[in-house]
Amino acid sequence: MGHESLSQIFIGTLLTNNFVLAMFLGLCPFLGVSGRLNTAFPMGVATTFVMLVASLCAYGLNLLLGYFQLEFLRLISYIVVIASSVQLVEMVMKKYSPALFRALGIFLPLITTNCAVLAVALFQTSREYNFSQSLVFALGGGAGFTLALVLMASLRERMQLSNVPTLVQGTALSLILAGLLSLSFMGFAGLGGGE
Amino acid sequence: MSQPNQADEGITFDTFMEGVWRQNPVFVMVLGMCPVMAVTVSAINGIAMGIATTFVLVCSSFLISLIRHLVPKEVRIATYIVIIATFVTLVDYLIQAGSLALYEALGAFIQLIVVNCIILGRAEAHASKNPPLKTVVNALGMGIGFTIGLFALGGTREILGAGKLFGISLFGEHFQPWVVMVLPPGGFFVLGGWLLLFALFRNKPATEGGHTHGA
Repeated sequence: MGHESLSQIFIGTLLTNNFVLAMFLGLCPFLGVSGRLNTAFPMGVATTFVMLVASLCAYGLNLLLGYFQLEFLRLISYIVVIASSVQLVEMVMKKYSPALFRALGIFLPLITTNCAVLAVALFQTSREYNFSQSLVFALGGGAGFTLALVLMASLRERMQLSNVPTLVQGTALSLILAGLLSLSFMGFAGLGGGE
Repeated sequence: MSQPNQADEGITFDTFMEGVWRQNPVFVMVLGMCPVMAVTVSAINGIAMGIATTFVLVCSSFLISLIRHLVPKEVRIATYIVIIATFVTLVDYLIQAGSLALYEALGAFIQLIVVNCIILGRAEAHASKNPPLKTVVNALGMGIGFTIGLFALGGTREILGAGKLFGISLFGEHFQPWVVMVLPPGGFFVLGGWLLLFALFRNKPATEGGHTHGA
């Protein structure tokens, strides 16, 4: 049984074990959508929503699979649940904010293949979190992802104004920025009585 | 490894080499970054992860290519991902049975092969449009390219961060390890460094002299 308190889990996933910067989860959208601040934030929110839905469903599914002793189907059923909730988000967003839908483009359906989402479902299972712990874990993970995305987008927006050698421009620059960001997040280690 | 005698299906040496060099998943396409960074704290982990991914890539590409005419367009992504998840479950249990130490080292990242963008990307871009044999050759190339990338990263990080390669000490006991390289920031730095190296290599004829070597 997971013994961590809710605040510990939240702080842990938000800062000390940030999904993107400490555990390398969800790097594709992190590098792909972090070019501009006004797409980075909605992307973070959408991902957080999918994480919450996935976490809820995974919790229910896990009880069900455990009851029927079908644990080997866990991975397959999780991914199907995630794919369908992404589809849901996509439809809602297309209806209510077509501009945002276009701006996010290919990265919206790619939330399905965002490892952070699947990782939430897998980790909460392997750490045996209970219902409220799972929810807080998903929320913290999503918030951490959004935080990293927004920070990175702000850095990259400023970077566009500075004089960077042509050689370094592009992915290499983003990676080095991410490295520095990750380095500074290591300063949070031990916060919230971490693991 | 590429089979020139099957040339009637349009398999060329390039079908294989595309993934190894020209479109290397790690260094050129920068896809599937999560496992690339997370498991490459040592060379052996990198290779193991590379082989596991290659296995899933080849098997799922083959199957997807076989059923490419049967799957309706609307549900193709869902179909692909279920196929991929099946093979990943297989690999997960195989590694667990084969080497528990390796299983613990790779952790959740074996199961996370499901969401590796390379596999779904290749399924969509190549396997769904090409005959099985050609797909397998291409997938094998991609897998080997991915493994090479993981090995390069894992090797660099292990040498810098621990002074070892494959667990063998390289510099004697007075070497002061550069610990940050095996910690999360090191992953970003090392990959950034490799990309810089490739950019330098590629741009050499175009940019002449006077350039700062950013590293």
